[in-house]
Amino acid sequence: MSLDAFLFQALNGLGAASGLFLVAAGLSLIFGVTRIVNMAHGSFYMLGAYLAWTFATGLGGAFGWWGGILLAAAGVAALGVLVELTLLRRIYKAPELFQLLATFALLLVINDATLWLWGPEDLLAPRAPGLDGAVDILGRKFPSYDLFLIAVGPLVLSAAHLTLTRTRFGRLVRAATQDREMVGALGVNQSLLFTAVFAAGAFLAGLGGALQIAREPAALSMDLGVLADAFVVVVVGGMGSIPGAWLAAVLIAEVKALCIGLGVVHVGDVAINASRFTLVAEFLVMAVVLIVRPYGLLGRAPAIVRAVAEAETPLRPASPWLRAAGAVVLVALALLPLLASSPYTLVLGVDVLIAVLFAASLQFIMGPGGLHSFGHAAYFGLGAYAAALAVAKLGAPMGVALVLAPVASGLGAVLFGWFCVRLSGVYLAMLTLAFAQIVWSVVYQWEELTGGSNGVFGIWPAPPFDSRAGFYWLVLALVTAGVLFLRMVMHAPFGYALRACRDSPLRAEAVGIDVRRVQWAAFAIAGTVCGVAGGLFAFAKGSISPETISIGRSIDGLVMVLLGGIGSPTGPLLGASLYTLLQDSVARWTDYWRALLGAIVLVLVLVFPGGLSGIAARVRDLVRGPLRGLLPRRGAP
Amino acid sequence: MSMLEVKTLEAWYGAAQVLFGLDLTVGPGEVLALMGRNGAGKSTTLKAVMGLVERRGSVRFLGREVSRLAPFRIARLGLGFVPEDRRIFSDLTVMENLDIGRQPPRSFPDGRPAPAWTPEKLFALFPNLAGMRDRRGGATSGGEQQMLTLARTLMGNPLMVLLDEPSEGVAPVIVEEMARTIVALKREGISVVLSEQNIHFAALVADRAVVLEKGEVRWRGSMATLLADAEAQRAFLAV
Amino acid sequence: MTVVRRPIGAFVGAAFAAAVLISGAFSLARPTPAVAQEPIKIGELNSYKAIPAFLDPYRKGWQLALEEINAEGGVLGRKLEVISRDDGGNPGDAVRTADELVAREGVSVLAGTFLSHVGLAVTEYAGKRKVFFLAAEPLTDKITWQNGNRYTYRLRPSTYMQVAMLMPAAIAAKKQRWAIVYPNYEYGQSAASWFKEMLKKAQPDVEFVGEQAPPLGKIDAGAVVQAIADTKPDAIFNVLFGPDLAKLVREGETRGAFENRTVVSLLGGEPEYLDPLGKEAPAGWIVNGYPWKKISTPEHTAFLNAYQKRWNDHPRLGSIVGYNTMKSLAAGIEKAGSTDPEKLADAFAGLEVKGPFGTYHYRASDHQSTMGAYVGTVALDGDDPTMADFHYVDGATVLPSDDEVKKMRPAE
Repeated sequence: MSLDAFLFQALNGLGAASGLFLVAAGLSLIFGVTRIVNMAHGSFYMLGAYLAWTFATGLGGAFGWWGGILLAAAGVAALGVLVELTLLRRIYKAPELFQLLATFALLLVINDATLWLWGPEDLLAPRAPGLDGAVDILGRKFPSYDLFLIAVGPLVLSAAHLTLTRTRFGRLVRAATQDREMVGALGVNQSLLFTAVFAAGAFLAGLGGALQIAREPAALSMDLGVLADAFVVVVVGGMGSIPGAWLAAVLIAEVKALCIGLGVVHVGDVAINASRFTLVAEFLVMAVVLIVRPYGLLGRAPAIVRAVAEAETPLRPASPWLRAAGAVVLVALALLPLLASSPYTLVLGVDVLIAVLFAASLQFIMGPGGLHSFGHAAYFGLGAYAAALAVAKLGAPMGVALVLAPVASGLGAVLFGWFCVRLSGVYLAMLTLAFAQIVWSVVYQWEELTGGSNGVFGIWPAPPFDSRAGFYWLVLALVTAGVLFLRMVMHAPFGYALRACRDSPLRAEAVGIDVRRVQWAAFAIAGTVCGVAGGLFAFAKGSISPETISIGRSIDGLVMVLLGGIGSPTGPLLGASLYTLLQDSVARWTDYWRALLGAIVLVLVLVFPGGLSGIAARVRDLVRGPLRGLLPRRGAP
Repeated sequence: MSMLEVKTLEAWYGAAQVLFGLDLTVGPGEVLALMGRNGAGKSTTLKAVMGLVERRGSVRFLGREVSRLAPFRIARLGLGFVPEDRRIFSDLTVMENLDIGRQPPRSFPDGRPAPAWTPEKLFALFPNLAGMRDRRGGATSGGEQQMLTLARTLMGNPLMVLLDEPSEGVAPVIVEEMARTIVALKREGISVVLSEQNIHFAALVADRAVVLEKGEVRWRGSMATLLADAEAQRAFLAV
Repeated sequence: MTVVRRPIGAFVGAAFAAAVLISGAFSLARPTPAVAQEPIKIGELNSYKAIPAFLDPYRKGWQLALEEINAEGGVLGRKLEVISRDDGGNPGDAVRTADELVAREGVSVLAGTFLSHVGLAVTEYAGKRKVFFLAAEPLTDKITWQNGNRYTYRLRPSTYMQVAMLMPAAIAAKKQRWAIVYPNYEYGQSAASWFKEMLKKAQPDVEFVGEQAPPLGKIDAGAVVQAIADTKPDAIFNVLFGPDLAKLVREGETRGAFENRTVVSLLGGEPEYLDPLGKEAPAGWIVNGYPWKKISTPEHTAFLNAYQKRWNDHPRLGSIVGYNTMKSLAAGIEKAGSTDPEKLADAFAGLEVKGPFGTYHYRASDHQSTMGAYVGTVALDGDDPTMADFHYVDGATVLPSDDEVKKMRPAE
């Protein structure tokens, strides 16, 4: 690559960075103040593009185009207000991360609503009036619109910076980012502040999406496409730091532009296509940044973050009631092959059970461990691939494959966990995501070994487990053992130590607990158990693909755990069962099944803020005191 | 009429009940000391009045029931809260911290205007802060933070201040300054409830005392009586 | 108080889970369907939510065919009934969905899928469970070659065929320096490597000067276009489609990257990907696709009229695939005289089917249909993009010989 080409690619990178910056700045703002991991942020971005397309083609002309950009952003901001007022406001007091579930449901609903409103076809808007050409730079043509975008980034950055430092609203935002409760105790209406912040964040996302219509068509894949990138930028930059977000957006866009610019590189006899690395570039950057700077480029170690949510209730060993109930369920499940008249019940049962083990291992690390993992699919995938490759490449019998699965995932968890436990909070969560994406991309790219995007085939259970009932019983046995093992660990001294580390790392250190080592071990345990689920999955399906390690699967795990209730070991069993059964059913009920699934989750979120396992407490509240039962739950009494 | 009237107040931290039916009254311009050992429920009482913990029972401020109001609404009625752990906004400058607390001026129930604080008046009250207007809150000393927290609350022009452990963990010179300030506030007609373990500090400023143990009131009376009652002190306060 | 909270919650939860599973078990129980005169059930699964732009027209296509078939009395004197499902867009859910269609709905055959990895997973399932499966759209060569099995046939031309169709035009362009851009997954990789292999064979002195593999759906088009232009190619082979293609075209035109260069674009003439470009469609690109407006064969005219009448919209390539899928199944079942998978697998070997593109057949050797595609150049008809100078390429003419493919397929 010549120097000219290099500089020119750097310019391209700057152009690409702006859109990313806008959407990430909005996300950072929202997370900073409300602590909401807003999964619907990508939807705001996508809606910005669709609305801008509508204005650009509907109103037409320069006003329709440029005015439409602002109108679209304003429209998205209005939607943000609506969402905050009608949904999020009701669940701020729910346990940590619970809001993620609500915004995930929104993402599903908004995507289907967009399909319904705008149709399935990609919508390419006209070029930007006045900026539809190119200018000559370094003997090459550079789109004038990209020059405009390059300017927009720093402009919005300055505007945001001025707002945050020079206005009372900005000072309130910064104060609330640090200590929301104190801001409220000083007479500031937090609700209003949250609404305003949510609107501002949505505006920025909408603006980011709207500005893209000069470069790309509005498409239904935009929401998820931008979401992970935006989170990466926020975390690399440092949570809550808008200049950090800009720096991170530029860094990531430049690394990608460099990979693309390098093209095919010859190292000795080996030709490496560097452009393929754009697949994982941002996650590699994030992993490196977080390992070197645990709070991002411009982030600071958070002062004590004050959670509004209640403290975790202590875990109790299972009561006789629970044990009896568990035994009844287990017997019923064991008899299922004899009761069910359709073999499909067993197929679905296997999927439910595998999901249960996946979710239970995630809950172990998130609930008692307090270590939020956004990349749990890594261990599921490692287990699945270890089992599949053992069969497909080594010709190993099923028993060996099912042993190798947890070994591989456990080793992965040991490796990744070592880095992860050095971080905390959302930084830790994002590092787990980065590792999952790195595993995913290795599997995806290593065509010769893993079959690349298509995957590995021909992994079927061996006799006597090759019948539906036989395999079901095997899965039931292993899943039950896994769940009971996790439960046992939670109630062993190790479990006490783990919860002590979660509740007060300092005091745990003071009584002689090696906090990092305990958390590291918890990672290894969760990863190992999760690998069993992955191995079973491979045999249940006969084939696997990189989808087993995808972000989508990690999100599914989070949804199951949160739906069930993050604090209770019974939660994931409920959440995973319900979510899998729902997924299986809604697709049969309507074409717009994603919206329906989202709507059901929304209703559950509003009725059971705290997850399904809180259902009994809720019922009791309603019985005991009508008034208290109607209040948003803040925990006991 | 009393400024604050608390009846059968109960409060919880998560699952654990901390207060068990507390009654309190505070009159205009009165300084009440909430006393008791660590864990007796002093801080929780203040937080429960402010609405910062799960609570049940009646809290009337200026004759108005506030036990179901959000903390910011209570603050806007003129009830100021100064937390024990200071909780200043460390990323914001001293001036910015003060600005967060700003509220419009207000009057006492009898129509008298309550003191309207400005940063300049507060700098006169706390001269140490005057020299560090643009310093980040996080870069100030513990004593300075203690003063900043109180100053920030005063920016809301409260009619009554809830002061949580003002003498805890600060240098004697700061303790003296806090005492002087409380007396000054009282002179302006502002009521104060302070939670305090240090009977010497309380003796300097308080008119009356209420002694808590395990979330219940065990003793109440004038400060002078408490000072004279060696047995009560030994039973409820001695460590 | 909380002392009792969790256990009760857990108990209710456990009971709930049990209730769900057990009630599920019973409600799933259905009486065995009577055989005579019951409709023939076809299980159809596809990634409707993941790829709506292609699969919406596809669904309209098979629905039209289904209505036509049933209006003429059905097959073997029985109506056809399609039970259609979303496969979730991933192999895991797709295999479960296939199982559901077979085990619960009792379908006789499976059809559908779009994404290669999903298609392959269902292929694997069909082979293992001995269920007949007509893969409608996935392009990967492995479905009919490396991972092929007795029970799986495929309708749409494979990646290999699509590339081979364009090859004569690529060779005729007589360009020395080629750059290639393809989405970074199996379809793109395989198309790029076939292209290189075939072109190198015909033109040994060809040079491949640049290769860009952006992630699917996430191209940084400006940087990619620039990197391609910087390698100073004489010609470009593009495999991108969908939003990636629209981004590439717009950036490329703004930056003049396509000026004086031959561009060969795989599937670039399919209305699904051409229509969104509108008047910015890159005139002159050599593409394969479906110029629906300009095909005047009687078979196609009849189809076009019926489709427009039924849906008040024009067909896309997905419509053709959907339509042919259903017609193929009807023809296959008719020929087999049964829905028995063994008989169907035998009947599909050499089965001839008439469709809007003319007659095609399913090869006995590799189970690939010989349905072809139209090759031509992108042109503008007013503001509407279409194709010009096109001709139909029969799939049979671009497939390797029976002997060659037999070597690639696993022994049965």
